[in-house]
Amino acid sequence: MSVTDQPTMSTPAIRLRGLTKVYGSSPEPAVDALDLDVARGEVVALLGPSGCGKTTILRMINRLIEPTAGSIEIEGVDVTDQPVTDLRRSIGYVIQQIGLFPHRTIARNIAEVPRMLKWDSGRIDERVRELTVLVGLEVDMLDRYPDELSGGQQQRVGVARALAADPPVLLMDEPFGAVDPIVRKSLQDELLALQSRVQKTIVIVTHDLDEALRVADRIALFNVGGVIEQLATPDELMRSPASEFVEEFVGSDRGMRRLSLKNISSLDHRMGSVVDLDDEPSRGLEVMDREGIDWLGVVSEDRFAGWITRSAVEDAARNGKPLADLDRSDPIAQVRPDDTLRAAMELIILSNAATAVIDDNGRFGGVVTLEDLRAALGDTESVGAMT
Amino acid sequence: MTVLAAARNPIIRWEWLVDEWDQIRSALVEHLTLTVLSMGLGILLSALLAAVAIRYRWALTPITATTGLIYTLPSVAMFALLAPIFGNLARPTAVIPLAGYTLLILVTNTVAGFRSVPRAVRDAAEGMGLSPFRRIVTVELPLALPYIITGIRIASVSTVGLVTVAAIIGQGGLGSLIFSGLRRAFWTPMTVGASLSIIVALAVDALIYLIGALLTPWTRRAAH
Repeated sequence: MSVTDQPTMSTPAIRLRGLTKVYGSSPEPAVDALDLDVARGEVVALLGPSGCGKTTILRMINRLIEPTAGSIEIEGVDVTDQPVTDLRRSIGYVIQQIGLFPHRTIARNIAEVPRMLKWDSGRIDERVRELTVLVGLEVDMLDRYPDELSGGQQQRVGVARALAADPPVLLMDEPFGAVDPIVRKSLQDELLALQSRVQKTIVIVTHDLDEALRVADRIALFNVGGVIEQLATPDELMRSPASEFVEEFVGSDRGMRRLSLKNISSLDHRMGSVVDLDDEPSRGLEVMDREGIDWLGVVSEDRFAGWITRSAVEDAARNGKPLADLDRSDPIAQVRPDDTLRAAMELIILSNAATAVIDDNGRFGGVVTLEDLRAALGDTESVGAMT
Repeated sequence: MTVLAAARNPIIRWEWLVDEWDQIRSALVEHLTLTVLSMGLGILLSALLAAVAIRYRWALTPITATTGLIYTLPSVAMFALLAPIFGNLARPTAVIPLAGYTLLILVTNTVAGFRSVPRAVRDAAEGMGLSPFRRIVTVELPLALPYIITGIRIASVSTVGLVTVAAIIGQGGLGSLIFSGLRRAFWTPMTVGASLSIIVALAVDALIYLIGALLTPWTRRAAH
């Protein structure tokens, strides 16, 4: 329905054209004339309520479901041009229920596709070990059976198994749906870390908006009947929903969600109401006036040394005392550069402080205020920084 | 008088075991042969029937009904019916009914075994590019094994028991000892035949259990 204008210089990794699926008994199509391009190395999330055809789309790509009409190309080659087993061996496939083979050890599970591709055993062993480390598992787990692992560990094995033969394309169907929210978040983080190294083309099906926002470069939001409502970057989707359906789907807290898409490090460095410990107290008064704040932060040798009250600074200015002699209190709101803007906001509100101090591994990294956060949401130019 | 009879005809007379050792041994061998042949034929037939029932879902009901019907037929009647066709001393007369009785249990358990394979496992296997043959042989069959093994254990134990009944048509291994003892009111062969058939049943059951355990190591490791 909507054609993407992804600026690619070469053929897209996945190209869907007029893709349609009508199930035998149903009068309505499950997927309706879908056009979608996925660029090489891109993560696209197929997002939407149940019944929107997102899983059907995914399963048509590796021909677990045959389309009623339309075409699917991977790296410019039509998927029907090769035997279906060859096609599937060249595509990584991860599903929610994982589907590890319970009668095989972890090592044998991971080795399945390389074995089918007739790799020699030395190469398979090496690859299995490499993948085990890559997905964050211990090598001594390789001789165990799947049931001896936790859900999160099993899902890591599922990812390792899908990556075994180094396929350029990875299809993931609600991959983290079966694990608890804490494990899910860490698996999502790991997927992002993994992706930054392996650079696969990933299509991930999810009904979880937060998951799509976290992992995807672009999100295709579907309505029932396999129709794309909006195809956009996470920030764009949050900032300007294309329809009422999208607006409803992304929810009323989309402002807050946008905050969680950006890291503190994406903000311009700001000193705020902070001076060097060796500065004159009068300089501190100027800075406080400029910032409109009654606290003065001091920095000593790159470290944040604490906050001083305005009255103490005024007193020191009158009596000619150096700032270093004044009482200082420790910062209560501290964030790190890789925290999200949302985390900063929550911290500022919870600690009832006007300013959060950025602690960059012990070094003073500037400050964040609520005003900075508000300004960041209005700043559409830095959107690209978050992916 | 009765006391005297009991003294002359004890439950077991040990010297008879020594004297008739060849007869006992051949009865035991014949018993095991009939069991193995019947089970072999039963497993072969049930594998075919189960394959049909798994491939075509609608076929399960008629297959279960037919094998269930066979199971209800009295064994003595079956032996009697087949004796004129194959001859009462011919092995098929005993083996065909005995194999027939195993079908219900073996087919039911085999189908249940394949149905127990988690959908996600089948989906993953297919999505990874396993051919249907590879998927069935290397993934589904091993996962169905615990059910199939259980079926074979139950069927084997009941076959060991039923073989004794085949003595009625002059076969039946250990059953012939039991019947000859009963006819002559001479307890020793009866005791020997009965005890050995119990021991064989237990041994066969234990053996198949062990084979099953060796074939499915993951089922034990998963427990902890």
